[in-house]
Amino acid sequence: MAVPAIELKNITKTFGHIVANHKVSLSVMKGEILALLGENGSGKTTLMNMISGIYYPDSGEILIDGEEAVIASPKDAFDYRIGMIHQHFKLVDIFTAAENIVLGLKEEGPFDLEKVSARVREISEQFGFEIDPKKKIYEMSVSEKQTVEIIKVLYRGADILILDEPTAVLTPQETQKLFAVLRRMKDAGKAIIIITHKLHEVLEISDKVAVLRKGEYIGTLVTAETNETELTEMMVGKKISLNIDRSEPKNRQERLVVKDLDIMNRDGIKVLDDVSFTAYSGEILGIAGIAGSGQRELLEAIAGLQNISEGDIFYHDPRTGKTEDLKDKTPLQIRELGVRLSFVPEDRLGMGLVGNMDIVDNMLLRSYRKGHSVFLQRGEPRSLAERIIKQLEVVTPSAATPVRRLSGGNVQKVLVGREIAAAPTVLMAAYPVRGLDINSSYTIYNLLNAQKESGVAVIFVGEDLDVLIELCDRILVIGSGQVTGIVDARTATKEEIGLLMVKSHKAAAAKETESRGGNHAENR
Amino acid sequence: MQKTDKTVREPLVHITKRPDMPLFPALLIRLCAILLALIICALIIFWLTGLNPLAVYKAMFEGSFSSTRKIWNFLQNTAMLLCIALAVTPAFRMRFWNLGAEGQVLVGGLASAAVMFYVRDSWPSWLLILVMLISALAAGIVWAGVPALFKANFGTNETLFTLMMNYVAIQLVTFFIAVWVPTGSGVLGVLNQQSQNGWLPAVFNQRYGLNVLIVGILTVVMFIYLRYSKHGYEISVVGESENTARYIGVNVKGVIIRTVVLSGAVAGLAGFLLMAGAAHTVTAELAGGNGFTAVLVSWLAKFNPLTMILTSMLIVFLQKGSGEIAQAFRLSSNISEIMTGIILFFIIGCEFFIRYRINFRKKAEEEK
Amino acid sequence: MFDTLASIIFSSVVQGIPLLFGATGEIITEKSGHLNLGIPGIMYVGGISGIVGGYLYEHFSTNPTAFLCIAIPLVSSLLGSGLMALIYSFLTVTLRANQNVTGLALTTFGTGVGNFLGGSLLNFFGESGSISLLTVSKYYKASFPFAEKLGPIGKIFFSYGFLAYLAVIIALLAHRFLKKTRAGLNLRAVGENPATADAAGINVTRYKYLATLIGGMIAGLGGLYFVMDYTGGTWTNNGFGDRGWLAIAIVIFALWRPAGAIFASIIFGGLYICAIFIPGLSSAQKELFKMTPYVVTIIVLVLTSIRNRRENQPPASLGLSYFREER
Repeated sequence: MAVPAIELKNITKTFGHIVANHKVSLSVMKGEILALLGENGSGKTTLMNMISGIYYPDSGEILIDGEEAVIASPKDAFDYRIGMIHQHFKLVDIFTAAENIVLGLKEEGPFDLEKVSARVREISEQFGFEIDPKKKIYEMSVSEKQTVEIIKVLYRGADILILDEPTAVLTPQETQKLFAVLRRMKDAGKAIIIITHKLHEVLEISDKVAVLRKGEYIGTLVTAETNETELTEMMVGKKISLNIDRSEPKNRQERLVVKDLDIMNRDGIKVLDDVSFTAYSGEILGIAGIAGSGQRELLEAIAGLQNISEGDIFYHDPRTGKTEDLKDKTPLQIRELGVRLSFVPEDRLGMGLVGNMDIVDNMLLRSYRKGHSVFLQRGEPRSLAERIIKQLEVVTPSAATPVRRLSGGNVQKVLVGREIAAAPTVLMAAYPVRGLDINSSYTIYNLLNAQKESGVAVIFVGEDLDVLIELCDRILVIGSGQVTGIVDARTATKEEIGLLMVKSHKAAAAKETESRGGNHAENR
Repeated sequence: MQKTDKTVREPLVHITKRPDMPLFPALLIRLCAILLALIICALIIFWLTGLNPLAVYKAMFEGSFSSTRKIWNFLQNTAMLLCIALAVTPAFRMRFWNLGAEGQVLVGGLASAAVMFYVRDSWPSWLLILVMLISALAAGIVWAGVPALFKANFGTNETLFTLMMNYVAIQLVTFFIAVWVPTGSGVLGVLNQQSQNGWLPAVFNQRYGLNVLIVGILTVVMFIYLRYSKHGYEISVVGESENTARYIGVNVKGVIIRTVVLSGAVAGLAGFLLMAGAAHTVTAELAGGNGFTAVLVSWLAKFNPLTMILTSMLIVFLQKGSGEIAQAFRLSSNISEIMTGIILFFIIGCEFFIRYRINFRKKAEEEK
Repeated sequence: MFDTLASIIFSSVVQGIPLLFGATGEIITEKSGHLNLGIPGIMYVGGISGIVGGYLYEHFSTNPTAFLCIAIPLVSSLLGSGLMALIYSFLTVTLRANQNVTGLALTTFGTGVGNFLGGSLLNFFGESGSISLLTVSKYYKASFPFAEKLGPIGKIFFSYGFLAYLAVIIALLAHRFLKKTRAGLNLRAVGENPATADAAGINVTRYKYLATLIGGMIAGLGGLYFVMDYTGGTWTNNGFGDRGWLAIAIVIFALWRPAGAIFASIIFGGLYICAIFIPGLSSAQKELFKMTPYVVTIIVLVLTSIRNRRENQPPASLGLSYFREER
């Protein structure tokens, strides 16, 4: 029997108290595509980082061509002809594509970037990429950057390729192109691991599927012999009916009206394009979409943290009955208008909380301005901290413990608890249950529901469609920065939402540009 | 590309980040580092001079504490170093690397000297002192504020900017001395020697009394400001994460400028105290490198003003002590800089063992 | 007229050479992402080590040869500055200590070592007076014999000691190294984005060590040039002055380009001394001239940050330590 190109046996890796991988085993043959499937936070990326030498496993072994291998650094990984395409591109911004591609290589002969560029063009032609080797990375779009990453690995002639969520940033057309490349590489006898949480892609491209769940290895299946239901069950565990209590919205009133919103990112690319919707009091509005479709920018724009290029955000104040435009206002100005807006951001310790401060001081973040004294009033935040610890069952030695020492679920309870304590009229939560265990997740769902029932307009950005469907009243779907649909969560199906997520008004336009780009490349 | 020859083994050491080290072991590590440094210094002294290191350390102690005058000198030096360290601290807590304290102190001293030089005896002493103080603070604020403005608006690298400002300040001082002293001697000399107009009055019957008192009060005030005031809280939040600061509606640019201006003002005050309370003149060496040493004092104390009392004492003790050795054993007084350097290296280095854990390969698995 | 111009240029170059060594060394160091504020201290030690080596040789050798007169101070200078750089790299690379703090401590230490040895060297051998290494420095000061015959041209181009030419050659080589070689590309990647360099299979630690070490040794040669050529084998405590900081200023002024540092050093050197050549300046105005290099540097720093051209910025990871498993 043939020896696997790469085989992992009982790999375990911990970070402090967090077990990222526990006794994971899998193998890939030459000329085979293995899909590594798992939800966000199931330990896929950590596992692959150990193969590519970024992390070193605590225990377990890695075999390459049947022999035990020590991959202590990315250099070792290269020596074993392992190439990884990271989700977050590992490129030097001020270098050209060609410079990035040869970076770290020890080639024979003199160093000649012209020769490198020629070879890059050769590879591009062979696989149908479009790339200018002399273009600087900081001038490139996301998909161009990914192309550079892939060419980098091909240039090095890697035999084992790992792609971490490669399709997350790609349009459907680009994804198809990528898959075509992968098939060609597979035919050339390369072993390929593709990390993803998208089932249809798994079924389309892979030969085998290995499933991880919360750092545990669940099993490997032959793709041809399995189906979506089985994989889903392995990925999420027993098919649990979420049984989230959902009440009918009462006393629905317009609370937040977003109108024709456009947002440009730093590179001048539109991340939100003509977004309009209304959030009502007493309901949970879900926002679904592929990660990075503009959800973060939308919430940050409402919170006053993003510059808006076009459009308006109106807030109807339930107490005064007045309507305020939140456009071009700073977070402080928004608060001074009397808008009680709470926001649970995606980046909990990088934005919502300060990791090095204790729970009390993190409570202060929202309330420290209270009063005219130049000094901080820690009394109220202290009792708030203690109340949250008690009510939400936060596991912590004391209220004086730095937040960074708490586990993910407890961090989130502290953050959500604080935001709710501000008695908001609008509550925005971005991926509030990401990385949380089941119990903590339910705590969060219940909190959101309670807020809705007390008349708050809740906006919930989520990634798990089951949760969105069971928790929300309406679901707004974003695809590539545009609203592709707003559906009734009580009647919508997962498939329907999934289709809206990949749909884009721009799809046709993009195709057009692409063919033009192609012609352009041919003309050169 | 056959890898068969490669002996397969785990890496020898593997470094991981510690979750957190309790206070006591962390203190123990630091203490060990200082002890180790002192032993190495002792060896070097022994090697260079053949003297008994213990006798040398005893002499060092005497250098700071053997007479009332020495104790007050020690306190004055500590107070000045501490004051400059207090100046840089608010900026550091915000991760604004203000390496320009030397220059900020100098322009502070220069501004007060300028006032004294032009006014001489024509104003009453209290008015003169007040104007000197205000101009010193203003000078310090300008010197720190300019880099802060550019940092806040254009992201100009503050480390390099403030560093360069030091040398502009030094040249500015020599420039004014040259203007004021037409003979070209380059020495301004003590101002108002006769009248002592504009000199800080003696407190506790000591000429440095007021300096020590002011810095003592300032230390406590700074501690309270950083820990218990809203401003101090904003500084911490901006330092920890600008994103969080923006999220809670802090005007990040404003806080940067406000804090660095405070930093400059305190440095200006240090310049004023050095000028009006001690030297009564200005030279390019007024700060005597303390602007840089203060960076170390503040960093060693983890930016805690109260701990800084100890760290500044340690540094001054080393400086004074080695000066004493130099005299007693006819060594060059520059040995103090060498010893300070060695001790700093050890304290700087030992932080690694507090922040990281080193895992050695298990011996049993070494041979296959 | 020509003669005055020639001597102005000559003096500027002579002033500029120590700065050029320092700046080239610091550029190489900073390209690895390490802001070494210990460079002034390293240059001090580079100088005093050369003095010590030269002194010992002159003291113990009855019949000094030209080769050893040059080699011994050169090697001991490289050893001294290399050791200093090693302290810095061990603390900042391996122990990941704060670079600013380590650098400042190193400068304190280095100045102390320089002044201590400079002040006590003669005492150790029971001599008194001040250090003056006439034999050794003769070889360091030796220029092309035909320089004088060529008049002003000779003065401008051929009248320097060999270290001056070495400084220019090293700067040009460093420039070529950074721009045109594989290792240079790798080094720049380490300073820009160590995680990326690491993932590309570059041994980040080794590059950082080598860059800080070689950079420190190059900078140390600036100290050696100063004591052997500029001051003719003599040592004065603190005589080196603020030249180390000026070298750091040049790095900014030259936008991290060694070839640019050649011109920047000569210009700064000229600014440093040009007051002497302008007749009728008061001593105060001379001090203002000495201020100009720093003011100009600040203006360059500000302008580049306002223009925000990506290519002209400091290395992106400058001042940050790298730990692979950070998360």
